[in-house]
Amino acid sequence: MRSIKEIINFAEDRGMSLHEAILAIDSEAAGLGADEIRHKIESRLADMERSVNEAKMSDAPCKLVRPMGKALRSYAQKGGICGDFILEASAIALEVASYNASMGRIVAAPTAGSCGILPGLLFSWKKFYGSDQDKTKESLVEALIVAGAIGEVIAGRATLAGAEGGCQAECGAAAAMGAGALAYIRGGSSVTVANAVAITLKSVLGLVCDPVGGLVESPCIKRNGTLAAIGALSADMALAGIESIIPADEVIDAMGQIGRSIPPSLRETSRGGLAVTPTAKNLVSRLGNRKLGSLQGGAG
Amino acid sequence: MPIWDIIGPVMIGPSSSHTAGAVRIGRMVRMCWGKEIKRADIYMRGSFATTGSGHGTDRAILAGLLGCAPDDPAVRSGIDLARKAGIDFHFHDEDIEGAHPNSVRIVLSDECGHMMDAVGASVGGGAVRLQELDGFKVDISGELPAVIIMNRDVSGVVCAVTSFLARREINIATMKLHRDSRGGMATMVIELDANEKTLDTAGMSRAHDAIVRVITIPGQGEA
Repeated sequence: MRSIKEIINFAEDRGMSLHEAILAIDSEAAGLGADEIRHKIESRLADMERSVNEAKMSDAPCKLVRPMGKALRSYAQKGGICGDFILEASAIALEVASYNASMGRIVAAPTAGSCGILPGLLFSWKKFYGSDQDKTKESLVEALIVAGAIGEVIAGRATLAGAEGGCQAECGAAAAMGAGALAYIRGGSSVTVANAVAITLKSVLGLVCDPVGGLVESPCIKRNGTLAAIGALSADMALAGIESIIPADEVIDAMGQIGRSIPPSLRETSRGGLAVTPTAKNLVSRLGNRKLGSLQGGAG
Repeated sequence: MPIWDIIGPVMIGPSSSHTAGAVRIGRMVRMCWGKEIKRADIYMRGSFATTGSGHGTDRAILAGLLGCAPDDPAVRSGIDLARKAGIDFHFHDEDIEGAHPNSVRIVLSDECGHMMDAVGASVGGGAVRLQELDGFKVDISGELPAVIIMNRDVSGVVCAVTSFLARREINIATMKLHRDSRGGMATMVIELDANEKTLDTAGMSRAHDAIVRVITIPGQGEA
């Protein structure tokens, strides 16, 4: 799938819904049946839901940061500024991203570093709007198919790797995928989905990847939480009929071009930005930076 | 990249390249070795050496050597499991000019003096390449089942091997040939289309007198 436009045209020409068109295109390209692909996505959704549940219960520590999900949840009970949907999505995103950092089992969506955003948005929707169990699962699978296609287009036209495109390509892409999925699950048209993607990505252009100590923790975990909110708001804006003047495909191209011009020090090398602040350097030196060379094992 | 690879892999965190990819490299090397592992010397290169410890790359490689898949929770305790399995393992850093930035050389050995030297690279999103085996370039992804054939460089070996596969109606996806010198040692690296779980390794090594060694690696596919 080379462009969002191409998918929309394919669907319109054949009178298909967006997820049917995506399955048909991927089925043709991969030589697999549409049912088989749908089944794969169903199993990804099940793995994602398991990661959400395990992450909520997990108390495995991260190396640099403290757990944040519980704090946000107990604050949300008293009523936060953002409202229930975004606070729930953000809490899930924080929990799943922390779970990833502490070697939990997650679904990279599209990457491990951005693995909290999509489950945050989808399972917050399930909590507040998923009443009928069978229909909810079906809707979530279809939304995940749409999210996957958005990611596929971003991977082809730009990149999904922080080392190539900065954080806009990881958490930014995840938020765009989640915004498109939410717009679709709320009954938005193909054009609305495309607008949700464009609005999200325009909000994150230029976001660099500067992780402290090279670990997927700071700023990665909190960014999963905040970008879930950008995804949800972008979906709402698109569903309200707000259009992006620049079409989604061109925004994706701009994201790729910006990514290539981000200096290497801000592309997952931890040689710039937050990673070289005095506090970051201090934290990393306190971490001890255990050298692998000193690690030995043995039978005796 | 199809949508199920975008939404995936399912993996133990925190890093698709430094954790999931590292497990896959270990697992591929284990399949090439094909017997119990007694000693493993693991030479971390590039960012595997510098940021690997924070990403659990060390445990991930050991878990892979023990046969774990990237989504197996046992990856977390790779070091303890390797100790329990009686593997004498040693980690080293090595700085090799031109090496892939996320790569590792794994040397396995046993009491009888048998050794195997493999280099694997994690090329992004959990995808890996087995780059070298015992000094020969192999470059396989592990997605498809593969056969590595080492032979003396004489005429007719390729024909014998491809006929062997043809008789069993096994289709070849990719095939690469390398040799160290004319008339010296050569390798044939063949990736196969079908999921050949039970490829007849012994039969294939008899396909031609010049064949010295045959290594089969089952495709990991979804794993």
